[in-house]
Amino acid sequence: MKRFLFKIFFALSVFGITTIGYAQERPVVIKGALIYTVSGKPIEKGVLIVQNGKITAVGDANIPAPADAQVIDASGKVIIPGIVDTHSHIGGPAGGDNSSPLNPEVRVLDAVNPESSGFRKALAGGITTVNIMPGSGHLMSGQTIYVKLRESNTVEGMLELNEKGVYGGMKMANGTNSMRGSNGFPGTRAKSAALDRELFLKAVEYKRKTDSAKGNPAKMPERDLKMEALAEVLAGKRIVHFHTHKMNDVLTVLRLQKEFGFRVILHHVSEAWKVIDEIAKAGVPCSIINIDAPGGKLEAMNVSPKNCGLLERAGVAVAIHTDDPITDSRFLLRSAAIAIREGMSRGKALEALTLAGAKMLDLGSKIGSIENGKDADFVILSGDPFSTYTHVEQTWVEGKKRFDRNNPADKLYAIGGYKVYTPENEADAIHHNEWNDDDDDK
Amino acid sequence: MKKIVFSISFSIIITLSLQAQIAVKADKIYTSAGEPVNNGIVLIRNGKIEKIGNSGSVKIPSGYTVYEAKFVTPGLVDARSEVGLSGDLNIPTDQDQLEKSNPIQPELRAVDAYNPDDTLVGYLRINGVTTIHTGHGIGALVSGQTMVVKTKPGLIDAVTLVPVEMLAMSLGNSVESNYNSPGTSAKEIAMLRTELIKAQAYQLKTDTTKDDGKKPARDLKMEMLGKLLKGELKALIYANKSTEIISAIRLAKEFNLKLVLESAAEAYRLIDEIKKSGAEIIVHATMARPYGDMENMTMENAAILTKAGIPVSIESGFEGYVPKTRVVLFEAAVAAANGMPWEEALKAVTINPAKLLGLDKKIGSIEKGKDADIVLYDGDPFEYTTHVCKVIIDGQLVANNCNQ
Repeated sequence: MKRFLFKIFFALSVFGITTIGYAQERPVVIKGALIYTVSGKPIEKGVLIVQNGKITAVGDANIPAPADAQVIDASGKVIIPGIVDTHSHIGGPAGGDNSSPLNPEVRVLDAVNPESSGFRKALAGGITTVNIMPGSGHLMSGQTIYVKLRESNTVEGMLELNEKGVYGGMKMANGTNSMRGSNGFPGTRAKSAALDRELFLKAVEYKRKTDSAKGNPAKMPERDLKMEALAEVLAGKRIVHFHTHKMNDVLTVLRLQKEFGFRVILHHVSEAWKVIDEIAKAGVPCSIINIDAPGGKLEAMNVSPKNCGLLERAGVAVAIHTDDPITDSRFLLRSAAIAIREGMSRGKALEALTLAGAKMLDLGSKIGSIENGKDADFVILSGDPFSTYTHVEQTWVEGKKRFDRNNPADKLYAIGGYKVYTPENEADAIHHNEWNDDDDDK
Repeated sequence: MKKIVFSISFSIIITLSLQAQIAVKADKIYTSAGEPVNNGIVLIRNGKIEKIGNSGSVKIPSGYTVYEAKFVTPGLVDARSEVGLSGDLNIPTDQDQLEKSNPIQPELRAVDAYNPDDTLVGYLRINGVTTIHTGHGIGALVSGQTMVVKTKPGLIDAVTLVPVEMLAMSLGNSVESNYNSPGTSAKEIAMLRTELIKAQAYQLKTDTTKDDGKKPARDLKMEMLGKLLKGELKALIYANKSTEIISAIRLAKEFNLKLVLESAAEAYRLIDEIKKSGAEIIVHATMARPYGDMENMTMENAAILTKAGIPVSIESGFEGYVPKTRVVLFEAAVAAANGMPWEEALKAVTINPAKLLGLDKKIGSIEKGKDADIVLYDGDPFEYTTHVCKVIIDGQLVANNCNQ
């Protein structure tokens, strides 16, 4: 029944109708916890009230609880907003294949398995929203999807439509992963950029034609799936998520962005520390991965754990992602703690896991902080968000408890065990690769 | 950034006297040999630990350089790594841990491959790992020999503690994916048994032939397997699935091998069998990915084994991609957060691997007379946000990360 309602909700959202109502649910009051709202000051012994999937009140102990509410005592616990993972490969999102380096028409929507145990693993890590991306073995590997980890046996039931009216971005990559040198793939960096530019020039022309048609079907150019997706990119609706490591590759992204005016998030950005000023000047946000050791891949050799702190001080918006399976969805809080160890402020580190990422996905008005009216996506932690000894105790998505460590079956998704996880394509690719990273990310 | 850290470390090493006398003061010293010492002092003289005690019992003599820290632990010992053979660049020319011409090559020596200058050795060093058991890799029935080294800078002979430590062996898909044969689990064991029986015959002939001229010709492969059969070397067998672990135990029993199980993702399902076998155990990195042969791993594996009374060492293990190595400090920390008693988790990366390697008289704890391998932290060593501030190996300051 709930899934049915979501489907209706989603369908209506697509058509711009947002006033669908749930039957009134019993409100849930969670009290006694230290609440990090991210948008405002932390609230000690706070009260959080949720109903019908939304946050209806947040504040100190003086907030009155509705009479019929279900009350959860979370004294001694810590509540943070649901974590937003801006770059993940859970669910098996194989995108473009070996036939072409540029695949704007390919949707991971058509690949992701909603039954994947990866979603349960992510919930165990406190993650509630995910940007699921195809890999980086292509200049453009396809359209990403933004999903909420709500219960659903269809991908449609998980999609999250954003403020721009789309539920995903466009994955691009430069550097070595896409330089395969055969099947039309580039063999050099300059050729990579040239192929990108040729495609964007076509898209500019296509968009000019569609714009000048002003909705008149007779004047519209013939439908073209590649061009349609890129027109959304050029219109600023569909943001480009650009995998890039070395400083010269970062600068190439900024050059392309300036030429064609698309909106872009830099992903990984291993050598960000070399071009901090250029990134800041371009006003481009960064989605960063923190790993435990350098090496393993030539173009990421110079990765610095200090990137997050340096970008923060330069005023650049920073999110932190898993790139699961490169880092595990269960350890995204740890990745932010590493950023703190290496110079990022605690406040910005928490923001990097939540509101900063939400904004990068154009979902900042709905998720990413604990505020009245926002989706009731939150995590109950046993202690400080950045302590080794802290566990995710509960993960809530839209007012529904989706993970509870006290439930032994759920706990297995947090720690692993016999036949807990089912294999996924992407995961297998990582595990079995030698050093050929065609299909891998990071 | 990392390069800056490295060059700082190097310049400090160059300017330090080799005979430096150091006093380390800390709020708390975890020795891995009994209770922690509050307000503790460690005196270091000529590369060895001269004294350890609280500030009431140990006075700092004049002329000692004093370093202060919140917490101190022994230098960390990585029970099993491939760093130094499996290089940081991850290109064919710096991957020397696995030779694919033959699935059984016990004659391959780690000392002929180890690169003490690899970036990752330096990276482990600045993160408090002072000794690594490294060498030939997973992925062959017998991939070669392992060795034990200190991570301090220096040429190979100067940093080597044990040139031949164990024989590295593997079972399972990790082997089958590298060779045409073996292609099945049964064939893996059949091939190993065949070689070991040959080695038995070679050994018998060598031992019983009195006339030197009539002894069998030297055979590097047979000589090494002979050491395995005599118990002079331990058999380090990488086995994750329960069937692989059982096979390793069966093989060890047949040939009376000193078995060390490596990785052992499903060990938690075989507590009684492992106890009965007397095998020692090195558990996979706590944050290892649950895929392939390790799909059934649990972060509580080390804790479950410890609770059952089996001494556990935690390894960084092999990483084929990004990150190119793990750091046992971080892996022990996550074990401590997942059911392993705190000090047991520390032992799993200090004194337990030291014992496993037969080096517990020299390293693995802070005790008088042992090598002065010491790590200084600005907080709980296992907290994610804590910094490894200083690392001392053999009485030399080899890392100074906190700008103090």
